[in-house]
Amino acid sequence: MLKRLTRWSRIKSPWILHLNSGACNACDIEIVAALTPRFDVERFGVLLKATPRHADVIIATGPVTRQIKDRIIRIYEQTPDPKFVIAVGACAMSGCVYRGAYNIMGGLDQVIPVNVYVPGCPARPDAILDGVIKLLGKL
Amino acid sequence: MKFTIPIGPQHPALKEPISLRMTVEGEVIRDADIRLGYNHRGLEKLAEERTWIQNIYLMERICGICSHSHTTCYVQGVEKLMEIEPPKRGLYIRTLVAELERIHSHLLWLGVAGHEAGFDSFFMYTWRDREVVMDILEMISGNRVHYAMNTIGGVRRDLDDLQVKKILDGLEVLKKRTEYYFKIGANEPTFVARLAGVGYLSKERAMDLCAVGPTARASGVTRDVRKDDPYAAYDETPFDVCTADTCDVLGRTVVRIKELFESYKISEFLLKSLPAGGIAVKAPKRAKPNEVLSRYEAPRGENTHYIKSNGTDKPERLKVRAPTLANYPATVEMLRNGFIADIPLIFAAIDPCICCAERAVELVNARTGEEKALRFSELRKLADERFKNPSLKRNAVWPF
Repeated sequence: MLKRLTRWSRIKSPWILHLNSGACNACDIEIVAALTPRFDVERFGVLLKATPRHADVIIATGPVTRQIKDRIIRIYEQTPDPKFVIAVGACAMSGCVYRGAYNIMGGLDQVIPVNVYVPGCPARPDAILDGVIKLLGKL
Repeated sequence: MKFTIPIGPQHPALKEPISLRMTVEGEVIRDADIRLGYNHRGLEKLAEERTWIQNIYLMERICGICSHSHTTCYVQGVEKLMEIEPPKRGLYIRTLVAELERIHSHLLWLGVAGHEAGFDSFFMYTWRDREVVMDILEMISGNRVHYAMNTIGGVRRDLDDLQVKKILDGLEVLKKRTEYYFKIGANEPTFVARLAGVGYLSKERAMDLCAVGPTARASGVTRDVRKDDPYAAYDETPFDVCTADTCDVLGRTVVRIKELFESYKISEFLLKSLPAGGIAVKAPKRAKPNEVLSRYEAPRGENTHYIKSNGTDKPERLKVRAPTLANYPATVEMLRNGFIADIPLIFAAIDPCICCAERAVELVNARTGEEKALRFSELRKLADERFKNPSLKRNAVWPF
């Protein structure tokens, strides 16, 4: 009974944290666009949170620069369990055009575990929505 | 007593990773130190390993908001190196996309400013209307954010009559909506009161610190590359440089709203006088050894690219100076003697694009003041005095 209740609440209102790990802003503005009236991800109960301690889902963009690597790990550890990570954009998947640059880790999964990958450079808001819904469906 | 408050790199008020260290006395900021490098990806080094054409797509990904700015700046420089002249129609389309990008960027900024001022419905309104211009850009280029319109020697996609009509219709809608935002200023005293007097930057200091773009123009400095050093089709386009003399965040908002109207005007002019002909010329593979400095007025201010060629199909050196980097010293000046609660607003007011600015790590100096222990009663007395004679004058008047 309790298990069903927690599962229901998890699916009905996932709170997200937007994490920029050295992205070019394109995916970031598309994530914000997904939150605004045209696409409105809030109708699925998704709420943008400012601190990792409140978040269930981390939406991360960017190819992970060396300087921000430790911070990402810290933010991931600060997020309470169960936590899920959505990697948005080609950079967060593999590094995109920056692949091979000296300051790039080349993808988010080099640093923290990732649950959902959303491709695109940048990913469209509809694709980001789809990624969030697919994650909710998996729960 | 002075405290140092670290803000960032991951902070609710910041959308991008940057670290600010504020030295505060009570609630007043005495000094600010900006630490960069969280977003440094090493693009300039990567650019040296890629050909001229490949670099267009790399330059586009310096920043997602001003993606057309960086490619245009780069492509203009390379065209000068290769000594080719793009056809008129190509230049007009390039300028049109640049202006549409300015519209989308300024609408985005208005929303962010509303959000930072605690006016979230304004944020939702502007972002809803921004979708109109995003649709136009998608129709022209096939993508919402990275347009990939520029190529060396012109643009990659042409416009047809139906598209021209659709763009004009979209601009009509946007114009009406922008007029509505303009009125909001007059009807929303709380919004104006929140912005007026915050982040003061005098005209002299703006000149001294080499502020660029709307930040400089809001301090009364008439500085616009489109007017001073016309590129693309700007020398044939009539438009005004928008300035404000309030020198605060309110002025920066006003300048951006006025620039929106100018951008609508420019886009309509370009569409109505679109010349016939080709859109691109063929570019050679190699460029002769030479160097060039290309300037471009991005939505955030002057963007410069320095390109050096050595006779091969790759650049020898590519240096990017984005407008946000030029505005950092001015930001420190604006933050000084402001309140902690104003930090997000002041910082948002330069429209920071951190990913643009992350070329090299640069530290802005922080004065090391001597420490003096104060008792709580003394601190309170100081605070009382401060609030009796505030250094910041807050006169809440919408300047129209």
